[in-house]
Amino acid sequence: MELDEVVCFSRFSRVAICGGTHGNELSGVYLVREMQKAERKAKERGNDMEVITVLSNPRAVQRGLRYIDTDLNRCFTHAMLSGSNTNDAPYEIIRSRELNALLGPKGSRDAVDLVCDLHNTTANMGLCLISYSDSDWLCLHVFRHLQRQMPDVPTRFIHFNATNKESYSLDSVGKHGFALEAGPQPHGVMRSNIYTTMKMGVEHVLDWVCLFNSGFVFEGGSVDVYTVVRNIDYPRDRDTHNITAAVHPQLQDRDFCLLYPEDPLFLTLSGETLRYKGKEPLYPFFINECAYYEKGIAVSLARKRRVAIPAIRVQTEQEQQAKKDECTSEEEEE
Amino acid sequence: MSSYHSAARLDEARRVAIFGGTHGNEMSGVMLVNLWVQNNTEVQRKGVEVQPFITNPKAVEKCTRYVDTDLNRAFTPENLSTLGGGDLPYEVRRAQEINRMFGPKGSPEAYDVIFDLHNTTSNMGCTLLLESSKDHFNLQMMNYIQKSIFPASCLVLLNEHPLLKYSTSRSVAKHPVGLEVGPQPQGVLRSNIFESMRDILKHALDFIELFNAGMEFPPCTVEVFRLSERIDYPRDDNGNIIAMVHPNLQDCDWEPLNPGDPMFQTFDGKTIHYQGSGTVYPTFINEAAYYEKQQAFATTRRESLVASAIRKA
Repeated sequence: MELDEVVCFSRFSRVAICGGTHGNELSGVYLVREMQKAERKAKERGNDMEVITVLSNPRAVQRGLRYIDTDLNRCFTHAMLSGSNTNDAPYEIIRSRELNALLGPKGSRDAVDLVCDLHNTTANMGLCLISYSDSDWLCLHVFRHLQRQMPDVPTRFIHFNATNKESYSLDSVGKHGFALEAGPQPHGVMRSNIYTTMKMGVEHVLDWVCLFNSGFVFEGGSVDVYTVVRNIDYPRDRDTHNITAAVHPQLQDRDFCLLYPEDPLFLTLSGETLRYKGKEPLYPFFINECAYYEKGIAVSLARKRRVAIPAIRVQTEQEQQAKKDECTSEEEEE
Repeated sequence: MSSYHSAARLDEARRVAIFGGTHGNEMSGVMLVNLWVQNNTEVQRKGVEVQPFITNPKAVEKCTRYVDTDLNRAFTPENLSTLGGGDLPYEVRRAQEINRMFGPKGSPEAYDVIFDLHNTTSNMGCTLLLESSKDHFNLQMMNYIQKSIFPASCLVLLNEHPLLKYSTSRSVAKHPVGLEVGPQPQGVLRSNIFESMRDILKHALDFIELFNAGMEFPPCTVEVFRLSERIDYPRDDNGNIIAMVHPNLQDCDWEPLNPGDPMFQTFDGKTIHYQGSGTVYPTFINEAAYYEKQQAFATTRRESLVASAIRKA
């Protein structure tokens, strides 16, 4: 990429802020509620941008559960979205289709420009922006903006490399999307410091979008990206599948502290230390996340690398018109 | 000088139970009891029968606090005597079964001691839960535990409040002992929390073994925190929470809360102050399970209880 190249993107006309995708992750639940209350008093932020606030899984929120039948945040593959609703369809499948109609359809021109999905974790991860892509320049610029605006909050970018697998989460419904994850917070609890972090994060995201829409040129640079490499499960009993060890006290709460080969991973109930047997030092995160016990994940491991990002700005109206004309003439040729 | 003549003579504590999974998502107790059900070597003591027991297996399997109703509130006289069989909520049927196995509550056949293992999302450290200020056996046990783990600490919470007291699973026994260790999120197993609970139980069982062997425990003073009041979150007319535990109060369990101190913070950043008449010691600050019980935290007052000397009868 050329140093002076500026990449242009269409303006953001619709941004969705989603909370309660997991009903017991409370920062997003309460933040969306407060934003909906405020909406009744004041309208949009100007720049003709619409902010849509959504409580993704209202039944799970009401019962204080992660989900009712199945994890909503795994229900957004094309296959799951395109079936028809049967009588015994899980609640979350019906809901994912409703959300797809509201914010999507996924992959179409009508989808919202950005989905920001709010989550909490029991792991000591600070604030994380989680995305399927490490080359969506818009998301990476938003991330850099958050880091600069919130220097007291450890903020990191996590990249799930899903090249072989299709994206399955709510944030994949928008043209651009990411999850905003804040921790540590027990599920079912609201900690004021975590709420404040989440609230500030969302405000900075929306501020950035307004700035982008206004024509501001965001200079290029580079950011650190953590790309997920693998997950490690707990040691389990062969018959009952119950876990037989806890995350080692020397690993507990040390998210993003480099894990070296032979470092302690687990402490068994009989006092034995089990060690990391990988060859490569990697960065651990989602260490002891409650909801991942059932998914077979005690800790996720990532490689860190510096990613160069180009300068970006919004497409002007002339540029947008020129692009439209180009598309029309291509269609005519066909 | 011997206190032989003034020592209260108490029955041997021969039958002891250790309850785990009374709340199915409080993982330390679930793991410890499962471990000891498979291999009870660690909890064996001379002269004591120790029975580790999972009280709410369905809730444990689903990793949820309860299935129909909170088991740790279910041991009321009405519930224990009611008929209805399969129509009753799961936990009420379970309470009746536990009462048959380890009680009946209030009778001479009841187990001598039941330890009930719990975790909390609150920063309470290790807390022992006492149900009666007149239970000298328990007071002496708690004093022994505190001395044994020093310099680590373990505080005693006394719930004798006529309105706030509730019917726990351990209340089936003559000497009920609650063990609450936090902070730990529900559904999560933290190694340090697990080991703390394990260590306290070790000393508790040592005490019982020594007592049954005839050791006399001299009079002692035990500092307790007596439960005083439940404080709910500020709510709107629809019952929705409109403020959070203030950052100055969050994680400050057992630290003095004075009138005028910050207590809650509204969503737009305003502070709500504590308006009580005197200094209190808050506990169970921001416990996940208490949102539905309308409790943001509980206040306690410090008190010194004197336990008489005790000795096996």
